[in-house]
Amino acid sequence: MCLAVPMKVIEINGDMAVVESSGLSRKVGIMLLDKVKLNDWVLIHAGFAISKLTKKQARETLAIFEEGRFFG
Amino acid sequence: MAEATTLSRLAERLKNFPVSGNVKIMEVCGTHTVAIRRFGLQHLLPAGVRLVSGPGCPVCVTPDSYIDEAVALARQGVVITSFGDMLRVPGSSSSLEKERAAGADIRAVYSPLDALKIAVDCGRETVFLAVGFETTAPVIAAVAMKTLEKKIANFSLLTALRLVPPALKALTALGSAAASSRGIASDIRLSGFLLPGHVSAIIGKQAYDFLPEQRLPGVISGFSAADIITSLLLLLEMHNKGIYRIMNNYPRVVRDSGNEKSRAILAEVFEPVDAEWRGLGFIANSGLDLKPAYAALDSRHRFVIKTASASPRTDCRCGDVLRGLIDPPACPLFNKVCRPDQPLGPCMVSAEGSCSAWVTYG
Repeated sequence: MCLAVPMKVIEINGDMAVVESSGLSRKVGIMLLDKVKLNDWVLIHAGFAISKLTKKQARETLAIFEEGRFFG
Repeated sequence: MAEATTLSRLAERLKNFPVSGNVKIMEVCGTHTVAIRRFGLQHLLPAGVRLVSGPGCPVCVTPDSYIDEAVALARQGVVITSFGDMLRVPGSSSSLEKERAAGADIRAVYSPLDALKIAVDCGRETVFLAVGFETTAPVIAAVAMKTLEKKIANFSLLTALRLVPPALKALTALGSAAASSRGIASDIRLSGFLLPGHVSAIIGKQAYDFLPEQRLPGVISGFSAADIITSLLLLLEMHNKGIYRIMNNYPRVVRDSGNEKSRAILAEVFEPVDAEWRGLGFIANSGLDLKPAYAALDSRHRFVIKTASASPRTDCRCGDVLRGLIDPPACPLFNKVCRPDQPLGPCMVSAEGSCSAWVTYG
């Protein structure tokens, strides 16, 4: 029920935006986020962007586990 | 290829992780329940470690009485709009799916925005079934604001929104009480929580600060196999070392402080109220209701909703599954008379319900 998918902002009109991922696009509300910009990756849930994705990738987390250091 | 190698290394690591004593970890989110069973991660748990599902599926925790209200409204001839999952949930005498077959106007939507559009297009009284956790509540709040702004007079909300932290508090209180009384429920004592990724994207890390105070660790997790395995490793490591912290293992999506703007919009429209959870009963301040300024959008104010008092199903053990007391096969109905194609209880109805995930993915 809390399913959400990352999509890229390709158009902004007031409090709505067009987002796209894998060739699919849809219109979503962006009033739940501050300062949404073109080309931002946002998490879409039930027709609204609810979080902005950061560049921080899963790979960084994985690296910590590869090194085997959890709590120093 | 490199990713597959990393994943198999992580899997090996989890399998062989040395754990002291018995460990019971609760995954709180229905999407985690499904991911764990879809990837078969339950087979990677080291000896002594168990994963149990918590009250993390909104459809599952919604009590019969709410479905009865929705059914009563449908029979009054209003248009009912809802996330699709709710339609098959049985109330005490009917379900929305049955009412639709009998001619009621009931429509599944992806977003409450679609529900609002239906109201505008059809011009008839339209009710949206506002069900969900903190992930969904701000979305519904934003639509409530739009409704007032645009002066749409034929749209209202039948609310059953729920908040995750109060339910976890109630569960951990149950665990402590059971541990001290050594009653039959002593098995409810948990060792830590796999915390919901998208709920946390809104409420942030600090919302779980009460867990470490009770010597319970928690890890906010994403939904990929690597996310879940690394989160479990973190939980087990904390367990072994006696560290009680809340960790954010989903930083690419979850800010430690959550999403303040969403919380502000939520607080503009809704206020906490005591609310009923299937399996957990009434929990103080665990639900959301419309504030007085938005009372005009409350279906319960707009319509007289008469329901017979609901009698709980005695043989369905969804409530015990939701508290992590039993695994689904311990229910006498499981996969016999209650199956995904013919569900009797809410934990089987929802694709994210624990019972459904057990049958679907084995």
